[in-house]
Amino acid sequence: MLLAEPYRHAPRCVRQGPDNVWGVANASRTGPTPPDPGSPVDPSRAPRPRRLLDAASGPLHPVARQTLVAALDAGWADPARLHAEGRRAGALLAQAREVVAAGLGVRPAEVSFLPSGPTALARAVDGVLYAAERRGARTVASAVEHSAILVPGRARAMRSDDPERFAEVPVTRTGSVDLGAWAEEVAVPGTVAAVLQDANGEVGTRQPLAAARALTRPSGIPLVVDATASLGRDEVPTEWDVLVGDARSWGGPPLGILVVREGTRWGWPEARADVEGGRTDVAPWVPLALAAAEAWQQTAVARDADSREARELVDQVRAVAATVPDTEVVGDAVDRLPHVVTFSSLYVDGEALVGAFDRQGISVASGSACTSSTLEPSHVLAAMGTLTHGNVRITLPLGAVSHGRADDVDALCRSLPGTIEAVRGELGAAGL
Amino acid sequence: MTADGRRAVPEEDVVDARGKRCPLPVIDLARFVAAHPSAARVLVLATDPAAAHDIPAWCRMRGHRFVEARPSEDHTTYVVDIDVDGQAVRQGSGPEGR
Repeated sequence: MLLAEPYRHAPRCVRQGPDNVWGVANASRTGPTPPDPGSPVDPSRAPRPRRLLDAASGPLHPVARQTLVAALDAGWADPARLHAEGRRAGALLAQAREVVAAGLGVRPAEVSFLPSGPTALARAVDGVLYAAERRGARTVASAVEHSAILVPGRARAMRSDDPERFAEVPVTRTGSVDLGAWAEEVAVPGTVAAVLQDANGEVGTRQPLAAARALTRPSGIPLVVDATASLGRDEVPTEWDVLVGDARSWGGPPLGILVVREGTRWGWPEARADVEGGRTDVAPWVPLALAAAEAWQQTAVARDADSREARELVDQVRAVAATVPDTEVVGDAVDRLPHVVTFSSLYVDGEALVGAFDRQGISVASGSACTSSTLEPSHVLAAMGTLTHGNVRITLPLGAVSHGRADDVDALCRSLPGTIEAVRGELGAAGL
Repeated sequence: MTADGRRAVPEEDVVDARGKRCPLPVIDLARFVAAHPSAARVLVLATDPAAAHDIPAWCRMRGHRFVEARPSEDHTTYVVDIDVDGQAVRQGSGPEGR
């Protein structure tokens, strides 16, 4: 634990036990859910616990929550101030940075805390481009990168009247970057930045970072690696020049992590040297940084066992989904994140599917167009050439956050075939 | 409905799914093909952006051939060649199986 006793209060609000923390909190907020009459899940067990299977942005790790609450008293001050409170906050911030740096295998000075993961992603690329201004302005990224990479990249190309300034490299049907196309794109003169995920947060597929970096490194093109979905869940990547994380992936609060490896050409024109190594102008709120570091420590210790169990649970979901008629399990079956699984069912409305699971107390996500505000389907599914409608995405919470996750996956697997058939039947599309 | 009289061009049927949201354009297409087993080429008119991905995916899952997408001002026309043998393709599962 990162905070000593004087600042640590009794964790009144944290409940641990057979029910997951999120389920308890949510049930009290929304009241018991009436059983779904068409549900294949036994409706006699009321009130039903909420089953969290969409933990891309999950609840805090319970110990990180305690640390966050304690840090409200111990670390509220501006760490740049010279008085006792400021010095204490500054010491806690330094401690948080050391924990994260040690976990990532880097030096503390290489680590900056930014307001969010997406902010850190955009800043990572901006810094590489700024430092390379005299050599070129071209960025290469896979077509399944985070929108925080793709949207600003396309906008830069549009503004410059040169669509070639931002190249999107296609992926295979399983979501892995096409290395042949990657090689061609990074060899185009004027290319100064390359961006690739450690693994995709929607479909779980890992990217071949070592092979991709072997193609950028000889030309001195820094590789920005987006590990916002994988840190805390999978091996810490080593093949990168700039690394980006989000504390949410390891059970922490939303907090961007930007790591610029020593020797990488990187700069940011709006830097104030005294804030986070000149990589942001927003000083982090110390309680958030401390909670992120606490979550890292807790999650890192449990990671091997946790990811092994998650992998087995996801295998169960993949096996059951594959038995449902006209259902495609998406993404690499083996070379993937342990805790993410996605599938799409033909002739099924994704929004109706999310609603049907929700009425059974099961929260899942979807990449289908009808579940997005823009009516555009997930760009990841589109780039992979998989069906975008009838999509369900499951992101398992950490075991420490949701003690009942194995039971929840079991409930999902029991309900899945019947729920998909029922929603398909609503559209009169059964048997087509 | 439009055959231009030349034998080399397959007869074209039209499914108008303009204004419908996913997954309805694909369902309309599948329903039409089920009801018209002799259909050779189907043009699907759609405004839903998801159709651009889902009609080719349906063709792959059902063994039909996606020919092309023809964008026009207020909708897109998706051209599908129906493979009669493809009717047998029913169950899809992930590219890597289970």
